[in-house]
Amino acid sequence: MHQELPRTADLVVIGAGVVGAAAAWFATLAGLRVVVVDRGGIAGGTSGAGEGNVLVSDKEPGPELELARYSRQVWGEDLGPYGERWEFERKGGLVVASTPAALGALRTLAERQRARGVVVREVSGAGLPALEPRLTHEAAGGALYPQDAQVQPMLAAAQLLRLARQRGAVVRTRTEVVGFLRRRGGRRTGAAPATGGDVGGRPVVTGVRTPHGTVSAPAVLNAAGTWAGAVAELAGVGLPVLPRRGFVLVTEPLPPATVRHKVYAADYVDAVASSDAELQASPVVEGTGGGTVLIGSTRERVGFDRRPSPAAVRALARGAIGLFPILASVRAMRVYAGFRPYCPDHLPVIGPDPRAPGLWHACGHEGAGIGLAAGTGKLIAQALTGEATDLDLAPFAPERFEEGGWCG
Amino acid sequence: MTTDRPTYDVAVVGAGPAGLAAAVGAAEAGLDVVLIDAGRLPGGQYWRHDEHAAPPRHHHGRLFTRLSARLRHQRRLGRLHYLPGHQVWLIDRLRPDSGPFTLRLNGPYDTAPVERDRVRARALVLCCGAYDRQLPLPGWELPGVMAAGGVQALLKGQRAVAGSRAVVAGTGPFLLPVATGLARAGVRVLAVCEANPAHGWLRHLDGAVRAPAKSAEAVRYAALMARHRIPYRTRATVTEILGEDRVRGVRIDGGEVLEADLVALGWGFTPALELPLMVGADTRRDLDGSLVAAVDARQRTTVPDVLAAGETTGVGGAALAVAEGRLAALSLAAAQGLPVDPRAVRRLRTAIRHGRAFAAALHRTYPVPDGWTDRLTERTVVCRCEEVTYGELCHARTELGAEDPRTMKLLARTGMGWCQGRICGFAVAAVTASLTGRPATAEDLRPLAARPFAAPVTLGELAELGEEP
Repeated sequence: MHQELPRTADLVVIGAGVVGAAAAWFATLAGLRVVVVDRGGIAGGTSGAGEGNVLVSDKEPGPELELARYSRQVWGEDLGPYGERWEFERKGGLVVASTPAALGALRTLAERQRARGVVVREVSGAGLPALEPRLTHEAAGGALYPQDAQVQPMLAAAQLLRLARQRGAVVRTRTEVVGFLRRRGGRRTGAAPATGGDVGGRPVVTGVRTPHGTVSAPAVLNAAGTWAGAVAELAGVGLPVLPRRGFVLVTEPLPPATVRHKVYAADYVDAVASSDAELQASPVVEGTGGGTVLIGSTRERVGFDRRPSPAAVRALARGAIGLFPILASVRAMRVYAGFRPYCPDHLPVIGPDPRAPGLWHACGHEGAGIGLAAGTGKLIAQALTGEATDLDLAPFAPERFEEGGWCG
Repeated sequence: MTTDRPTYDVAVVGAGPAGLAAAVGAAEAGLDVVLIDAGRLPGGQYWRHDEHAAPPRHHHGRLFTRLSARLRHQRRLGRLHYLPGHQVWLIDRLRPDSGPFTLRLNGPYDTAPVERDRVRARALVLCCGAYDRQLPLPGWELPGVMAAGGVQALLKGQRAVAGSRAVVAGTGPFLLPVATGLARAGVRVLAVCEANPAHGWLRHLDGAVRAPAKSAEAVRYAALMARHRIPYRTRATVTEILGEDRVRGVRIDGGEVLEADLVALGWGFTPALELPLMVGADTRRDLDGSLVAAVDARQRTTVPDVLAAGETTGVGGAALAVAEGRLAALSLAAAQGLPVDPRAVRRLRTAIRHGRAFAAALHRTYPVPDGWTDRLTERTVVCRCEEVTYGELCHARTELGAEDPRTMKLLARTGMGWCQGRICGFAVAAVTASLTGRPATAEDLRPLAARPFAAPVTLGELAELGEEP
């Protein structure tokens, strides 16, 4: 049943999720011969359990906000013509503060974001019903972020891979990378993309091994989402990508426009940035094209335990009812768990790994991977082809977690 | 508050043949039992009846009458707490393999508030029954087309059904009671279309196995079919349902058309496995292609303190279900150190062995015919809730790379709607397998059968979930 794997490629992408798919598309567009492999199916891991957030509103000023703004632009411009394929919707985000104090903090954050180019409009308590008629009347005020958008993440991954395939990329699912092809370093080969620095002595990654054969390639991209740490380990390098569990609750279909924006409570930003292991919960509520309402989000560090947790489910329900009281009598159809791949500093890992030349990473995007995928993919393609990258990749360097920074 | 509520020795879920037998047996053995059932009356789908009707007088009817009497007796003695009109929507446990279970309960939608919103129990017997297995075909979504089990439920519960000319089609012996039931309700049954050759199922039985009750039943239905002049056509398959706004006829084997305003389709049954999967029990693919809970010779699942009986362990009918329920009760009693008659255990095991052999013979005689997916057209709806067509599944397969039912669900939305894949799950697994050129496996079926909530639950109820499990 397995189709043959190409023996060689310019780039092997490990992971058929949305990040791997975006990288495959932009690399193919840049003229590279790309092979995508995944041990499971299309978008079956991290992407398949996401909400589809393309947000700028929830990021503090800093490298992640810069990446989010850039990625939002790539979704809207480079990928804009295909937006319908993955249900791209410029629905806007509405952040709601329940108390005057929270509103004050929200205004301060909004001001700092605005200074970085984020479009944000302050909304008074009295102005909220016009935007969200079903919203609680208790809210003190909010902020509207028109740039916030949504995609259907599984479709985004599948359609990006389809586009890439149509331009010659090869996608092989149920093809697990079980090891890397490596040779001792010491000399630089002309085929290797610019990995920077001296590679003398370090093993150079020259391809991947799978149960269905090997693929030789001068560059291998680790886009394995939550499992990226294990992939890096196969190449002999450490990458502290860990799972942070999140639940999403799905309601029965409701009349159109019951919930119009991506609505969340102002404390969501704190929960996203938190490093606590215990359950963090702050409500994020949004409608979908099918009428169902998605309710996030919880964040817990509990390893890969997928069982629904009563505490998490309760927190989601309470938070959602707090924002939209009418939801109390609405029925939930299902809840699903996903594992957000996070790094200790909550920044993704994007770029070549000087510790294992030939190995590249695009992973660790935590709960923002769908939104950040487009920008990440384009940046990776630029770096792979030796172009100047639109954003500085230094904050996302894979070796930043190494003590002593010997490769920095 | 709920903290002072007792922890039962055992919670039996489902009051059909298996659950009734298990609950009554466990209470009689000295265990403290709670019996939870979504229906208002005991009996489940198999012994469904309305409040005013006398129970049926045939063999199974007498079995039911006796079990009902013992249920009343155990309730009077205070050993059995019966919760009708309650459904289990969540089961959790402090640790995966030990400690008591907490079962969260609510009522079927739009019913009176429940007496209990949760119970705790040290052991579970899951007897969750089965629902109609449905196979899509062109036109099956038209009003007037019903699942055979649904027709039977209407006849038993309300003694009424809308339609005057009916065709009953599919496979298996269950088509006969549906046809004769319709005839008794005054509907003209034009034909029973049995897709399989359907003779000589006795060949599939080994000589040691006898099933006198079943044989008598078959003779009785044959007589009823003759009395109502219902033609029984074998190797006959409804390949298309005709009509615009509602059914107006069926096409048989691509040719002949029968004009009808009611079509009952039955392709056997498939167990409801939400609860076994929720507690982490192993499942396997049974002879008939359905996913079932794996149990050992004592009705134990692979999860400690969780037993299963009846259709949950494989579709096999009421007599087998009762034997399994009884054995489950005795297994629990023995595990608690209560005295159990070893001869009773041996007798039940023999009955179960014979019952399973008989069920296996039926499954072999009345399989879902190979190649049924060939009849689907681009526009045939496969998932009715989300209106996903066969063409869209083909597109998801060839263009988007979906190779398994879970990816199909994520990319084509099959099973995302109201029924959460209960109706289309089996079909989607089969379609996906045929599109990828391989047989459907237990791994294909499992994600379609697992549901985080076993019944719909409001966000308000979820917001009240207690702290302790």
